[in-house]
Amino acid sequence: MVLGPRATPELIEQTRAAMGLDRPFALQMITFFGNLLRGDMGVDVFTGRSVTTTVMEALPYTLALITASILWAAAIGIPLGAYSSIRRNTWIDRVTGILSVGTISIPSFVMALYSVLIFAVWLRWLPAIGAGEGFGGQIVHLILPAFAVGVPWVGYIARIVRASMLEIMGESHVRMARAFGLTERRITRAYVLRIAVLPAVTLIGAGVAHLFSAAVFVEVIFARPGIGALIVSAVNERNYTIVLGAVLVTTAIIVLATLISDIIIAWLDPRQREGM
Amino acid sequence: MGDVATTYKQPSALCIYARQLAQNPMGLMGAILVLIIVGIAVFGPWLAPYDPNQIMIGPRMGPPSAAHWLGTDHLGRDLLSRVIAGGRIAMLVAFVTLGAAMTVGLALGLIAGYGPKWLDNILLLVFDAIRSFPVIVFGLAVVTLIGPSLYTVILVVAITSIPIYARIVRTQTQTLRNAEFILAEKAMGAGTLRILAVHVLPNVLGPLLILASMDVPMVIATEAGLSFLGMGVRPPAPSWGTILNDGYNFIRNSPWPVIAGSAPIILVTIGFTFLGEALRDIFDPKLRRAQ
Repeated sequence: MVLGPRATPELIEQTRAAMGLDRPFALQMITFFGNLLRGDMGVDVFTGRSVTTTVMEALPYTLALITASILWAAAIGIPLGAYSSIRRNTWIDRVTGILSVGTISIPSFVMALYSVLIFAVWLRWLPAIGAGEGFGGQIVHLILPAFAVGVPWVGYIARIVRASMLEIMGESHVRMARAFGLTERRITRAYVLRIAVLPAVTLIGAGVAHLFSAAVFVEVIFARPGIGALIVSAVNERNYTIVLGAVLVTTAIIVLATLISDIIIAWLDPRQREGM
Repeated sequence: MGDVATTYKQPSALCIYARQLAQNPMGLMGAILVLIIVGIAVFGPWLAPYDPNQIMIGPRMGPPSAAHWLGTDHLGRDLLSRVIAGGRIAMLVAFVTLGAAMTVGLALGLIAGYGPKWLDNILLLVFDAIRSFPVIVFGLAVVTLIGPSLYTVILVVAITSIPIYARIVRTQTQTLRNAEFILAEKAMGAGTLRILAVHVLPNVLGPLLILASMDVPMVIATEAGLSFLGMGVRPPAPSWGTILNDGYNFIRNSPWPVIAGSAPIILVTIGFTFLGEALRDIFDPKLRRAQ
């Protein structure tokens, strides 16, 4: 299959033996998982390079993109949600509400296409292709992709922070703090916000899968050499080993992200620590 | 849950709901958008000015004009006709996928919610495993195995949305299973199938339909996304995703294909999301009070 239609029978036999396809299926599975444990995901049959190297080279670009997106989204989303819960039913609350529904629902690739169109084609402010050279260049090349991936998350985070703040403000320990005469500002900062960001952390932890989906499009559109772009090009070439390796690494990272979000929650919320 | 009361319909219930929807400006806007888009998709062949695949003699990548309302693409095909034809595909995918996902999700959810505990645990594990996977990455993996086509898209989206429906059905069923009227029915000797079909099903259907309405944008975005990557609908068939892909390749020459391909996606998304939120507010008073 890999060798193309003009492969000779001898060549096919030789490749089969080299790839271990002549051995029994169960043995192939055991070998695969055994190698996997040692961090060896086999060899890319097209280039002859190790799959692990190829995937690991692409991974930092995707991780940088995802981290940058979620950080700026949280930096804007949390204050926005907190502010609109304090100033409930004012114009800023309404605007935040409409904006968050609007941005949540627009797919990331549409967002990415428009940011290319507006900032790179019309205004020519920012580069739209590649990942950039050097530290400064990489940051500049990260702005547009991170914007496109992060926009829906501003809405998500603002919404969930607003809802949980409203809920917590009605709880008895907040009423108690008020009865003790603490200022509203202190109550909000020290007692409400700290717990109100918890659902947002859970949301982000569970949303890493969605972030990866968004990263696939954004990396293809901005031609970033990340793991999403790698998977797409590998699918186009029918390069099974790369697809398999990249998907495995993606899954591992998602599991890891869920774990990290659980740890952050335990750190922020002593009640959760008790239960663990 | 508050749904027990709402699904027990008074004679003029539909009337009341329609009035409530009309009073909610966002919901009304959503409903109108949805009606227009579904209408265009249904009557597409009669509305489209040209054949979507016909290559015109005239300007390529031309801006909107009297002859071509949304302009033409890089081969000189009329973008409006392509957008309309793409809308038909998007609606078809959404309809088939959601139908399949809701049916299977309903069945699995009922089994998980009403069946034995061990089965529930296994099903939950499977749901969570599917849910924690990036939809697009899963889609790409499936495309590698069975090749890109419209059916691949439908399969991928259906499999990834089943857990959402199954979960909500399971939760509803579990709260209902110990409700007094179910216990009474059991005491009178009703079989499991009768209880599920006559008593549990109607109570579960409402939330399921609301969820489906809010899920339409996700399905359409996934279809357009996979087609955009060249892994979904095969060219020359017009899908909003393939229009966007063509437009992206020529984005430095003309913005019109990108705008024409993305505008319907944005409108569909906003329409169904607003409609879904409004429906949820109307049918689930408990949630409305919490907001």
